[in-house]
Amino acid sequence: MRTLRPSLPRTTRRCLALPAALALGAAGLLAGCGADEPATDPTPATTQDDGTQDDATQDDGASGSAEVLEVLDPWVVAADEGMTAAFGTLENTGDADVRITAVSSPASSVSELHEMAMADGAMVMREKDGGFVVPAGGSHVLEPGGDHLMLMDLLEPLQPGQEVTLTLTAEDGSTLDVTAPARSFSGAQEEYVGGDDHSGGMSGMDGGDMDGGGEADQ
Amino acid sequence: MTSRDRLGRRAFLSGGAAAAGGAVAALGGRAAWASTRPEEQPPAPDAVGQVRTTFRGERQPGVATPPPSAAAFVALDLAGGVDRVALRRLMAVWTDDVERLMDGRPGLTDTEPELAAVPAALTVTVGYGPGVFTAAGLEDQRPTWLAPLPSFTHDRLEETWSGGDLLLQVCADDEVAVSHAVRLLVKEARAYTRVRWVQRGFRRAPGTTAPGTTMRNLMGQVDGTTNLVPGRDDALVWHGEDAPAWLAGGTSVVVRRIAMHLDTWDELDPHARDVVMGRRQSDGSPLTGTREHDEPDLEATDDLGLPVIDVAAHVRRARTDDPAERFLRRAYNYDEAPPPGQLSDSGLLFVTYQADPVRQLVPVQRRLDEADRLNQWTTAVGSAVFAVPGGARPGEVLGERLFGA
Repeated sequence: MRTLRPSLPRTTRRCLALPAALALGAAGLLAGCGADEPATDPTPATTQDDGTQDDATQDDGASGSAEVLEVLDPWVVAADEGMTAAFGTLENTGDADVRITAVSSPASSVSELHEMAMADGAMVMREKDGGFVVPAGGSHVLEPGGDHLMLMDLLEPLQPGQEVTLTLTAEDGSTLDVTAPARSFSGAQEEYVGGDDHSGGMSGMDGGDMDGGGEADQ
Repeated sequence: MTSRDRLGRRAFLSGGAAAAGGAVAALGGRAAWASTRPEEQPPAPDAVGQVRTTFRGERQPGVATPPPSAAAFVALDLAGGVDRVALRRLMAVWTDDVERLMDGRPGLTDTEPELAAVPAALTVTVGYGPGVFTAAGLEDQRPTWLAPLPSFTHDRLEETWSGGDLLLQVCADDEVAVSHAVRLLVKEARAYTRVRWVQRGFRRAPGTTAPGTTMRNLMGQVDGTTNLVPGRDDALVWHGEDAPAWLAGGTSVVVRRIAMHLDTWDELDPHARDVVMGRRQSDGSPLTGTREHDEPDLEATDDLGLPVIDVAAHVRRARTDDPAERFLRRAYNYDEAPPPGQLSDSGLLFVTYQADPVRQLVPVQRRLDEADRLNQWTTAVGSAVFAVPGGARPGEVLGERLFGA
């Protein structure tokens, strides 16, 4: 059993909610504030903070751009506590780009979309501004060393073979539930650079080392 | 080309029963493995590498499927605290990865996906030792035969090669495929298990002998002439619907490591070797016959009235009048670096499958232990018994009928 190594104190982690400004009106733009629609509320994970799901419904709640989205071979790194990462290939069968703006999971109090980037001469992971764009008819790979989903604070140990639900939210508010099995994995050890001025939302949430994690297996 | 090969393979595998009813039976034990592929165009240069064996089904692969050239038997012990739920999770991990690997696709977290592209008839077979049932709190499900074999006089068993809570049997016609699969499956299991022992073995490389040729062991002997025929002798190998649900379509596997004392075996001239066996090393024929599959005549005597086949010849001692005392053999040679001062460390991974090892295998082993000229040149140094649960049906996790869905 291993734990993804949090390289910074918890207080440096960013909090969850993606800024409304990131809900872009025009897919494909790398940046910009076309947010003339209400920010989708990236359903706070705390509403389902029961750790790993027990009766996970696999049907996606998609009613929008997420309907054309599939995730191939999703998986998440098993960890006892703290942070861990999830991967897979996002596939867009539609004819318009889909922008993923948030991820949440009942297994983690906070989850984020991350990228790997050069910072001060070293590869680091950090929250990805603008989310992930899955091109029309194309795919977007989430893999160790690249873009990935980050579960920032596991509520319970996540054992290999256990499954967690990840809910991806597209910019139009539609969501897609994905079931990802946990696996032992040595890689994905990247340094994490959290937002240097975001410390809210984490106090009292350092409970990644709860006992058990043994009863709920989909 | 690839897809045709795959179809051919599957057709052959599923056609074994039909074939066994006719011509194969007449060959007197020549296995259904004695397939002949219809002559068509020359095979693709990578045909051997692209053969795929079906994972899903009532039975696990790697038992009735033809034995590929390379094998690794990996015994694992469960880590402390592993319970039924943890076992179920481990089986979920293995089921997913085995299905991918046998199909020539990378494991889910594969860090060397390139190595997965050549499955070479890869099969992975999972077995449960007695400890699984203890850890899972399912002692009432443990078959009575699932226990170490009784000790035999000639055994010199070493812990290094004996026992184990779980077995991964990984076979392929390519050692890289075997190595990659073992590495992936073992590292995916590391939260729950520790490797107890690994035994690697080999047979002739693919394409080097005619299909159906009985293997030779490193003493030179034709080994396994009288063998069960998958598809014909199923009741002796497989458990049916009357077994517990998890064992239906399952069997047992016994892995015994038989060291060969080749230095002293070398001292025997060819005739003496043939007397020890009751068969000719040259072609495997019984001393009372002319061809490998001729039935040995244990009553035959020579001019002096002495038995042609020695009273303690291996072939005589291994014989039985009880048709239930038979089992499916799928042996592999091993040849490791010798200890200091010795020339070799060679032997046979004697691997057998049977519905009930106590009923089918033990009586034969006991007879051989009592008297078998071959005992002078062979010693069992390892022994392990595992239950092989039924195969993963479509949508199933391996073993879920035991551990729960």
